[in-house]
Amino acid sequence: MSDGMIEFRKEFFADERDDTLNEIGKPTRRQDILGHVTGRSPFYDDHLFQGLLHMRCARSPHHAARIRRIDTSEAERTPGVVRVLIGRDVPLNLNTLLSLLDFGIDDEPVLATDRVRYRGEPVAAVVADSEATARAAAAKVRVEWEVLPHVLDVEEAIRPGAPVVLDIYPGNRFIYHGKYDHQKLRYGDVEAALRAADHVVEGRYQMSPIEQAPIETCGAIAAPETNDRFVCYSSTQALFFSLATSSKLLRLPSSRLHFIGGTVGGGFGGKVDSIHEPLAILGAMLTGRPCKYMWDREEEMQVGAPRGAERWYISDGVMRDGRIVARKFVGYFDSGAYTRLSSYAIIKAVGHLPGPYTIPNVSADVSCVYTNRTPATAMRGFGITGVDFAIEAHMDKVAEVVGMNPIDFRILNAYRDGDMKAHRRSAKNCALIECCQVVAEKAGVQLSNAARTASSRQGGGGDRGRLPAHTALDQSGRVEGFDTGSYARKAGQRPATQHQVPAPVAARASPATQAASVQSRPRVEETRVAPSASQTTQQPAPPQQHPAPPSAPPRSGPIRFSSLSGFRRR
Amino acid sequence: MAKKPVTFTLNGTERAAFADPGQNLLDLLRRGVGDLTPKYGCAQGGCGACTVLIDGAPHLSCLVLGETVEGRAVETAAGLSGAALHPLQEAFMVHFAAQCGYCTPGMLMAAKALLDQTPKPTREEVEEAISGNLCRCTGYEPIIAAILSVANGSVRA
Repeated sequence: MSDGMIEFRKEFFADERDDTLNEIGKPTRRQDILGHVTGRSPFYDDHLFQGLLHMRCARSPHHAARIRRIDTSEAERTPGVVRVLIGRDVPLNLNTLLSLLDFGIDDEPVLATDRVRYRGEPVAAVVADSEATARAAAAKVRVEWEVLPHVLDVEEAIRPGAPVVLDIYPGNRFIYHGKYDHQKLRYGDVEAALRAADHVVEGRYQMSPIEQAPIETCGAIAAPETNDRFVCYSSTQALFFSLATSSKLLRLPSSRLHFIGGTVGGGFGGKVDSIHEPLAILGAMLTGRPCKYMWDREEEMQVGAPRGAERWYISDGVMRDGRIVARKFVGYFDSGAYTRLSSYAIIKAVGHLPGPYTIPNVSADVSCVYTNRTPATAMRGFGITGVDFAIEAHMDKVAEVVGMNPIDFRILNAYRDGDMKAHRRSAKNCALIECCQVVAEKAGVQLSNAARTASSRQGGGGDRGRLPAHTALDQSGRVEGFDTGSYARKAGQRPATQHQVPAPVAARASPATQAASVQSRPRVEETRVAPSASQTTQQPAPPQQHPAPPSAPPRSGPIRFSSLSGFRRR
Repeated sequence: MAKKPVTFTLNGTERAAFADPGQNLLDLLRRGVGDLTPKYGCAQGGCGACTVLIDGAPHLSCLVLGETVEGRAVETAAGLSGAALHPLQEAFMVHFAAQCGYCTPGMLMAAKALLDQTPKPTREEVEEAISGNLCRCTGYEPIIAAILSVANGSVRA
């Protein structure tokens, strides 16, 4: 690292740290640097094969359309074309990425058969002996389209009567926990606190999609091996995800797939979608020859899944002295036409709210909304980065309303050790105050005496460490028809014809009923109810300072995807 | 259409290949003669990952027709090091001037073209020389520092 880029402030928390470190603070050479500077690092396209075939996709020119007919005959007759694949050639032509974790419903075909839902969605894959031939033949795939109405804005998509993007989600929203058309967070009573606040400050924040734009475009090369396996060289950032996804979609045991990756020419989250490997392997399976499926730059930019757009509405209740007493979020993630990883990004986002500030009343309704835009996926802190922009822009706005300098204002409201967070975990090892103090010093900002002498280790806990005595609950956005037994699976056998509008259910179930439903869960579930935002809102918060840890949870059973903290065993 | 024989020197060694009509130099080098150091990033002249030197001057090999290098001298990152690394390679290692490594071969060739012509460039000249090479890991500062360190003769310090 160049000199001066890192500064160690060892005066902070010196007693909490062992400074006999062997690596930290000293430059260490990357283990792959020699390959990089000699140009010998083996990226996926640096593997040469005799008789390599090239795959190019024919894509939808429409945001939304029904496919009446796909005619590949002219493409197939093109000299040099070996095979043209369409949806029925894919053994299992429907997937959702997180199905590997039992999270969500399969919603996306590898090659569209009856409908397209975004511009650039692939409908056929041409395999030819040169890239130029594959490109020319892909242009000869004839599709009879019936253009359908489309929707490109999250709030237009959730209005009644909006075009339905995916029939399994008739309200154009992902269904959380089989119950709600959004992910909820309820902590304290936001509406009451907003009424009691000296000022209410509202803001609307919009982030556009961002393309990861790696210099190496996404792709994969697959080839038959001599041992009844297929080797696949891939740019993937998620090798085992791509392996399992290929195994699922091709109905091949993973033992017949030999994946090689790890050398990634820039990823930034954009190489986790396992788009290329299944098609490249299928091309190799159906032709018996090595097959490369690689996006060109235009495809990388047009159909490569970006960080999705987000829209956030924030309402803060703030007192004249600068204390934030309530914060309410309404958020919309633009998932694009399919789920990919957006449903999970929202769970991360809601676990992160209300940002690193101690606010006694917080609520959030965050929706994963389907539109006819390019599906979104991971990128560098997705789920967090967008809402952090909204939160911090809003902090500046609120500071201005109460007439405080924005760094003083942040220090006043920052988490301190022992404070209770809105997702019901105790704050530990806080350092925001100290960071703010260093920023103020470097920026030449004069802090108030209170802010200058504040410490993350003082003033936290106590009342600030207790759960709210009362948390206001509601059933807004309740839906029926989804099975809660498995993760938000549509009840019954994929009733594609079921067009039921998410209906609000009776205002509030009685506490007794709620308690009973919680009691009937398996024991492990019960002990872990506390961290889950949606489940905790079912019951008033108990006045306990430290939720008891679960007693010896069983270690067997399939891994499930926890609603808040990632993986969990049942 | 007929393939066209092309003879040229690659990193000082005479090479021959058959160029397809319309085949760019990037593809000719990678698939035709097996030099995989120039990288495909865009094939539109936008990213610089395919930068090679032709008769000492930097060119985007994606925008050069393969058949046009007949009789010319082509240099790629594969020719930078022999028994020992080139000072630029050493400097890129010391200065952490590569993260994913995909832009690195093109970046090195752009830097070599500069230093061959201007052994003591200013920082502005270094910035200008690599202005056609994108690094999405955004490591421009370490890259500039690495190139300047070669010019200052301080690489091995």
